[in-house]
Amino acid sequence: MRNLLEINNVVKNYGDFRALNDVSIHIPKGSVYGLLGPNGAGKTSLIRIINQITMPDSGSIILDGEPLSPKHTAYIGYLPEERGLYKSMKVGEQALYLAQLKGLSKSEAKKRLKYWFDKFDISAWWGKKIEELSKGMAQKVQFIVTVMHNPKLLIFDEPFSGFDPINAQLIAKEILQLRDEGATIIFSTHRMESVEEMCDEIALINKSNKILDGKLSDIKRQFRTNTFQVGLHTDHPKEVEAKLKENFEVFPADFKLLGNELTLNVKLNENNSANELLSFLTSRGQVQHFVELIPSANDIFIQAVNKNN
Amino acid sequence: MSKLKLIIHREFIAKVRNKSFIMMTFLSPLLLVAMGALVFFLMKKNDEKVKEIVYVDNSGLFSKDDFVDSESIHYQDYTSYGIEETKKKVQQGDYYGALIIPKQDSLEVLAKSIEFYSKDSPGMSVMNSLESKIETKIRNEKLNDFGIDIAQINASRIPSNIKMYNFSGEESSKLINGLKIGVGAIAGYLLMMFVIIYGTSVMRSVIEEKTSRIVEIIVSSVKPFQLMLGKIIGNASAGLLQFLIWGILIFIISTIASAIFGVNMVEMQTANIPADQLEVVKQAVGGDKMQLIIQEILRLPILKMFVLFIFYFLGGFMLYSSLFAAVGAAVDNETDTQQFMLPIMAPLVLGVYVGFGTVMNDPHGSIAVMFSYIPFTSPIVMLMRVPFGVSWYELAISMTLLLITFIFMVWLAAKIYRVGILMYGKKATYKDLYKWIKYKG
Repeated sequence: MRNLLEINNVVKNYGDFRALNDVSIHIPKGSVYGLLGPNGAGKTSLIRIINQITMPDSGSIILDGEPLSPKHTAYIGYLPEERGLYKSMKVGEQALYLAQLKGLSKSEAKKRLKYWFDKFDISAWWGKKIEELSKGMAQKVQFIVTVMHNPKLLIFDEPFSGFDPINAQLIAKEILQLRDEGATIIFSTHRMESVEEMCDEIALINKSNKILDGKLSDIKRQFRTNTFQVGLHTDHPKEVEAKLKENFEVFPADFKLLGNELTLNVKLNENNSANELLSFLTSRGQVQHFVELIPSANDIFIQAVNKNN
Repeated sequence: MSKLKLIIHREFIAKVRNKSFIMMTFLSPLLLVAMGALVFFLMKKNDEKVKEIVYVDNSGLFSKDDFVDSESIHYQDYTSYGIEETKKKVQQGDYYGALIIPKQDSLEVLAKSIEFYSKDSPGMSVMNSLESKIETKIRNEKLNDFGIDIAQINASRIPSNIKMYNFSGEESSKLINGLKIGVGAIAGYLLMMFVIIYGTSVMRSVIEEKTSRIVEIIVSSVKPFQLMLGKIIGNASAGLLQFLIWGILIFIISTIASAIFGVNMVEMQTANIPADQLEVVKQAVGGDKMQLIIQEILRLPILKMFVLFIFYFLGGFMLYSSLFAAVGAAVDNETDTQQFMLPIMAPLVLGVYVGFGTVMNDPHGSIAVMFSYIPFTSPIVMLMRVPFGVSWYELAISMTLLLITFIFMVWLAAKIYRVGILMYGKKATYKDLYKWIKYKG
């Protein structure tokens, strides 16, 4: 079984509104899977269906080879975008309660909680109420209650919001470690730089439809434009630029170099290769900079969504 | 532990540990007893002072025997002082008032010309007592004029207490009817209080989970229906515990209080009956009747009443608190609950009004019967009717209807609840609720 989670042709309506339209997503075991999309695209609806908070109108969901059923709630850890804990309940009691709801025995829950509280160095908070903690502290507790039952599938919805950069890095490290230990992770966020950093595969949902999915590297290849950033040291920049325009498509540069080189974005035509461009450039001056412009997750997101709209 | 048990346990603990719950639980009975004691002492203090009433009888009709001192009123014959002198004395001295009986030719005129002078307006009970004394005397005089022997009249006055039976052979009496009204009213009123206090507590708890956003985490582990049910049962248990503690505390405190202050429990109950009436009651009740009452209490269908009380109590609470839970799910904060509260409170209040208004006069009248079938009022109205004896088929209809409605409403409320708890930032309308009910899965 290569996929931990297979979502097949899922449809969900709220009254007249179709929140998910025939969405199919396959999430490989042991991967970090980015679930991306603009606000209101249907991500939360899909996440709630995976969590069995709501049921799909049609379509099937297979978790680890079995149709999704109530017993699977113990295999899933969910960190919703809208965080929440009982404000007037003590940290320890609350974590124990939530762990037991996930099916852990009380003694097992205590053991796991001790491990995590020691790891994050927050054992002193055990008897404090949530309302006495700062937002960042509460977020740590929230993270622990999400992962403490060692779920096979972890769903993080904007996991870094509310964390300072240091703690965000700590959490990112934990998430990747959980993946290395065998967990599969669904990662929903609007922060595209963290998608680049963490995701192996992504799916893009827009207006209730999945418009794109696959390995991030494949998608980038798919979205590459054969455009190169070029920096050239030359005495006759005007002439070189004019010459380039005869053979290639040339755009103004969207980057900066340290010196006063000629900087351009150059797009290859169908009938020429990167080497031809490079040899043309080396014959006209000293090449300082030559990089393929690989589309960022951000570019892909914007492009795909705009095209779809 | 099953998930439902876990939820019930958490809700129960959260409620019981709440500071206001603890305060309410332990202070309310103290307050209640303290207030009772205060009222009693004030009454006693008020009555302790013996009222000195003087009378001037110019008619020569009355004698010392007509003005017998009672516990609270002492009479003195000032006829010898004359009217003006008496008035002066009363004005200056420590007297309650002066009764002036003039000389008149006929009893009819006399009855209308008796006057009472006092520094402050006299109390109703004193005036009633005086009037009744005079009326009795004048009636006796009149009877004498007609040549009727008063002794014969008195002998002909035989108190009657019609014994009432129903066809299953249970005996009842008018006295016991009062008792039944009391028992029924307390049960019905208690139910209403319980539903309102703990129903809103369920609602608040739902709103708290919604605003703190923890609900999404909980429902990713358990079904919303389980969460709702756990909440209702947890709160009900906390409420029952509170009632139990209240019962025990009131018993203990009043026992201690009566031991310390010498307050007799029976006296305390009758403390708010004016002294004169109390005498009447005591006379009417008498030794034998006291025994009769105790017998009658024992004759009440106590086991049946208890079982039905539990059934209607739980049924009524579950029915209403599921509605409260749905309201909590439909709103974002407590101030928005107003628009949904009225339809919930209306039948509750109606139940109590119907109970007090019709059941007491006619426990088996058509209105009382009707409202004891309607599931939203039946817990209150039927509880009030039960002490009067309700036939099994009526109970069966009422209980079945309550059970069906209860299951239906919990199902309906769960649908609203399930959608509502995940809807943030939008004030729901009735139209929204209808839409939510129709949502699938």
